[in-house]
Amino acid sequence: MTMREMSANQAANQAYVSDRLLPAEPPPASVRHWSKARIAGIVLMTLWAAIAIALVVFFISAWNPALLTRYGPKLLDGLLVTIELVVLSVAIGAVLAGIVAAGRLSKNRWTRGLAFAFVYFFRGTPLLAQTFLVYYGAGQFREVFEAAGLWWFFRDAFNCAALTFTLNTAAYQAEIYAGAIRGISVGQWEGARALGLSPVVIFIKVVAPQALITALRPLGNEIIFMIKGSAIASVITVYDLLGETRLAFSRSFDFQVYLWAAGLYLVVVEALRRLWDAAERRLTRHLKPAQDSSGQQVVAEQLGA
Amino acid sequence: MEFLDLLSFGGGGWGDDLAAGLAVTVALALTTLPIGLVLGFLLALAKDSDDPGLIRAATIFTTIFRGLPELLTLFIIYYGGQIALQKLFRLLFDTYVEFSSFTAGVIALSLVFASFASEVFLSAFRGIQKGQYEGAYALGLRPTTTMRLVILPQLIRLALPGLSNLWLILLKDTSLVSVIALNDLLRNTNVAVGVTKQPFFFYFVACMIYLVLSIISSFGINGIDRWSRRGEATK
Repeated sequence: MTMREMSANQAANQAYVSDRLLPAEPPPASVRHWSKARIAGIVLMTLWAAIAIALVVFFISAWNPALLTRYGPKLLDGLLVTIELVVLSVAIGAVLAGIVAAGRLSKNRWTRGLAFAFVYFFRGTPLLAQTFLVYYGAGQFREVFEAAGLWWFFRDAFNCAALTFTLNTAAYQAEIYAGAIRGISVGQWEGARALGLSPVVIFIKVVAPQALITALRPLGNEIIFMIKGSAIASVITVYDLLGETRLAFSRSFDFQVYLWAAGLYLVVVEALRRLWDAAERRLTRHLKPAQDSSGQQVVAEQLGA
Repeated sequence: MEFLDLLSFGGGGWGDDLAAGLAVTVALALTTLPIGLVLGFLLALAKDSDDPGLIRAATIFTTIFRGLPELLTLFIIYYGGQIALQKLFRLLFDTYVEFSSFTAGVIALSLVFASFASEVFLSAFRGIQKGQYEGAYALGLRPTTTMRLVILPQLIRLALPGLSNLWLILLKDTSLVSVIALNDLLRNTNVAVGVTKQPFFFYFVACMIYLVLSIISSFGINGIDRWSRRGEATK
C-alpha cells in the first residue's frame, strides 16, 4: 500500500466514524452558582458600600467650610513635615545602614558584635520608646550637650524625631542590605576576581547591582513603614500630619479631621506602593521572560515566527 | 545603687509599677493575637476564593489597615468608637458608657495584625500544591476535614516565619496604647519619669524589657517551629 492510499483509507475511516456520532453540542453556558463564597462576597461588598454611603452622609451632614479653610491648609503643612521627616531619615539612614551592614558582614568578631547589638536594639524595641529615650533622655543631659555645643539640636523635637527615625531605619535597612549581599553567590565574587577586578570594583560593578535588586522590595516596605511610623513624632509635639490633626481635633472636637488625615495617609502610602511596584517591574524586566497581556509567554511564539 | 533603689518593689521604687505595666502589655498582645490570627485567616480564605466580590471586599480591608499609621487607626477606633457607642447607648438605653482604651487597643491592633497576617497566610496557601487538595478529595475527605487534617498542618509550617515577625511587631506596637492612656509598660514608665526626672534610665529600662520580651518570644517560636516540623525527617 502506498502512502497516498494509506491516508485516503484513514480519511474514509474518519468520515465513517463522524457520520455515526452525535453532532457536537455547544459547550454549556457557565452557570454562576449561589456558592457560599458568592453570598459572602455580596454581603461584604454591600457592607463596604454601606460604610462608604455612611461616610458620604457623615461628611455632607458635617459639612463645615470654616473647618476646612481653617484646618485644611494646616493638615497639608503637616503632610509636608511628615514627608520631610521620612525623606531625611530614610536618606541619612541609608548611608548609616551601609556602614552598619559592612559591620554585620565584617570578618572582625567585635565589629560584627557591635553592628549586631545596634541592629538588635533598634529592631527589638518600640519606636515610641526609642523616641522618648532620645527626646526626654537628651533633656536630662542638657549641661553636657550645652558644653558640647549640641543643645540647639536636641532642644528641637523635630530633630530628635528625625534622629531617632534615622537610627531606627538604619538598623532595618542594614539588615536588608546585609541580607541581600549575603544572598549573592560566592561564584559571583570568585568569577570577578578571576577576571582580575579589585574588590571595590567587584562590589560596585558586580555585587551591588544584583544585591540592590533583591533589596528593592523590602526597601519599599521599609519606606512605607517609616511613613506610617513617622506619625509617632506627633507624640513628642512635632506637628506632622497626625500632630496637626490631633491639634485640630483638640480645638474643634470635630471627628472628621481624623478621617481627612486617614485619607491623606492612605493616598500617600498607596501612591508610593504603586509607584514602587511599577519601578520594580521596570528595573527587573530583564530577569523575567517576556509576557503578553494575558500572561502567556511570548518567547515560544517569537521562536516559531 | 541609687538606680537599683529606683527599680525596687515597694514604696520608693518603681519596680512594681513597671511590672504591672508589663502585665497589661502582655495581656494586650495575647488578647490581640488570637483575634488577629482568626480574622487574618478568614481574610486569606476570602482572597484565595474564586469569587471576585469576596476578593475585592477583603482587599479593601487590607489596603485600608495596612496603609494607615497604627497610631491613627488607634485614634480613629478610640475616639470614633467612643462617639458611636455613646450615640448608640443614648438612643437605646439613655445611659452613658465608657469605651475602654484596652478594648480600643485590642480592636485597632487586631485589625492591623489581621491585614498583615492575611498576606502571610495567602502566600502560605499558594505554597501548598494542588495535589494535596486532590489527594484529600480522592480519599473522600470533606472540605473542612481536608482543611483541618491536610492543609493546616502544612500551612502552619509555611506561615510561621511571617507570623512570628508579625508577633514581634505586635509586641512593639502595644506601646502605642500608652498614648490613649492605657497603663501599659511605656505609660507607667512615663509616670515614673515624671516623678523621678530620670528619663534616660527609665526609658532604657523599658526598652530592655521589650527586648527581653522578644527574646523570650524567639524561644517560644523556635519551640513551635520544632513542633510543626515534628513529622519531617531528622537530618
